[in-house]
Amino acid sequence: MKRLLNVRPVKGLILLIFTYIIIQLLISVNLINDYLQATLTTICINIILAVSLNLVTGVTGQFSLGHAGFMSIGAYTCALLLLKSPTVPTFLLGTLLGALLASLVGFLVGLPTLRLRGDYLAIATLGMAEIIKIIFINLDEVTNGPRGLSGIPRFVNWTWLFIFTVGIVLLIRNFLRSSHGRACIAIREDEIAAETMGINTTWYKVLAFVIGAFCAGIAGALYASYFYFIKPDLFGFLRSVDILVMVVLGGLGSISGSILAAILLAIISTLLQSFAEVRMILYALSLIVIMIFRPQGLMGTREASLSVFTRLGRLFAVEKGEK
Amino acid sequence: MEQLLQQIINGISLGSIYALIALGYTMVYGIIKLINFAHCDIYMIGAYVGYVCMAKLGLGFVPSLFASMLVCTLLGVVIEKIAYKPLRNATRIAALITAIGVSLFLEYTTMFFATPNVRTYPPMTGFMTRTFKFGGIVISSQQILIVLITVILMVLLQLIVKKTRIGKAMRAVSLDKDAAELMGINVDSTISFTFALGSALAGAAGILVGVYYNSINPLMGVLPGLKAFVAAVFGGIGIIPGAMLGGYVIGFIEVMVSGLGYSMYRDAVVFAILILILIVRPAGLLGKNTGEKV
Repeated sequence: MKRLLNVRPVKGLILLIFTYIIIQLLISVNLINDYLQATLTTICINIILAVSLNLVTGVTGQFSLGHAGFMSIGAYTCALLLLKSPTVPTFLLGTLLGALLASLVGFLVGLPTLRLRGDYLAIATLGMAEIIKIIFINLDEVTNGPRGLSGIPRFVNWTWLFIFTVGIVLLIRNFLRSSHGRACIAIREDEIAAETMGINTTWYKVLAFVIGAFCAGIAGALYASYFYFIKPDLFGFLRSVDILVMVVLGGLGSISGSILAAILLAIISTLLQSFAEVRMILYALSLIVIMIFRPQGLMGTREASLSVFTRLGRLFAVEKGEK
Repeated sequence: MEQLLQQIINGISLGSIYALIALGYTMVYGIIKLINFAHCDIYMIGAYVGYVCMAKLGLGFVPSLFASMLVCTLLGVVIEKIAYKPLRNATRIAALITAIGVSLFLEYTTMFFATPNVRTYPPMTGFMTRTFKFGGIVISSQQILIVLITVILMVLLQLIVKKTRIGKAMRAVSLDKDAAELMGINVDSTISFTFALGSALAGAAGILVGVYYNSINPLMGVLPGLKAFVAAVFGGIGIIPGAMLGGYVIGFIEVMVSGLGYSMYRDAVVFAILILILIVRPAGLLGKNTGEKV
């Protein structure tokens, strides 16, 4: 009976719906104002980016420094479509198309370059992202060049953000728990051993890369439709580094770690807004300090789960009992 | 034909600068397998030290060159001791993030103190203002200076690496760190020395760029840094002659693409060539492809 009524997914679902309703309520009574909403959007987009890069870098062990390139493809596709016809179906179509285009580029780039190992792959993906950026800068008549596109209609609201973020996190979590995810972890741990055990390493590496690019494309589309304005510089090397930092800070391979780091970094960067001049210096210093003292990231490879709450609950219960 | 010769000369001077920076990347990568992203910012600091010496202190070119090489050497060693040494046994990715952190730190600290504005070097005097004409080809004295200094530094570097004890230690450590340590080589001081050498070369490149292009800014290192790294990979990372070859090839390609009228795409071409090289010869032009031991 207990096995039939597996409570954990139900509990998770309730928690999710609860989160959604609470934040929606806070928005509707304007307790979360426009400024906080922008932070919320940044957090959701960062979660999508971090979790999807985690699949590539943390889980499969393929070092990618070009995630922002995929993001820019999604952003530009969606923005261009929305500027043509600003309707909700176009927004969804643009998001899908952007994600598909990003994954297509991911496939074309990934197939040859994923033969490379470690740092070489990092540099190749970095080069790929730079090439995408330069193409966007030079396609003047389509993308308005370095000046970027502005006045993109906003269709992204909390509901869409929530659906996309939760959807992608669940997609990647379920992927990890499937045999495919196990194969990816095997590749990270020892590629040669994985190959010997009959895992098609190329296929799985490209698969992880393509899924990662797909999600980054969605994140880009959300970004374009929320922040009105995009330009190629927004998706440069620094953005890729930001995403990688989230993954490493959270812990390579830990989905909940990535989510935690994405939230943490968005909050820190919002708090640092008022110290504009020293913001990047503090950011750089914290990177160095965190890496020196906790190179494995906040969560290591562990996952937080709902049992954390149960354990906390038990802790409180014990304390009460003692009193 | 004259056009082509002129482009070749421009390519050599640009390539010299890339080669100087690439040497630092390749030596550090060869010895601790780290892409030292901060290297390109050491080059930027070199340019700024040169600026301070020439514009504020009124020193001549040669003393300024030595000053910026000295400051960069110290900076490189300090960075290695503070940021990279604690991470020597950590994962590669953690070390890489630290390097990026150091790079951002140097960029934005410079921006904080020196403002993000572009600065120009003071006007040159004497020999530095001369240009030489051979038929239709123009060679400026700065170009001659760049090539001359680069060649001298490279010869010196080769002598240090091939003929001295510390050079021998460097080669030993890059081949096998543990074995070198067992043989009584002080690995820590060897790594510091490598950083010192690479940073000195980057400092020299910085001041040469300042003199050549006459404008510097706190983010000037980012793109040349990436391209110098491409140059190092191109020639085979960890191989000193490879970095020189790569630097000159990348310099040539860039000048040629610009000369053909596609200057907006020159960075894209450089990165495309990088990807192609990596796919066809992952170990670089001069590298040997070694299979992984199981």
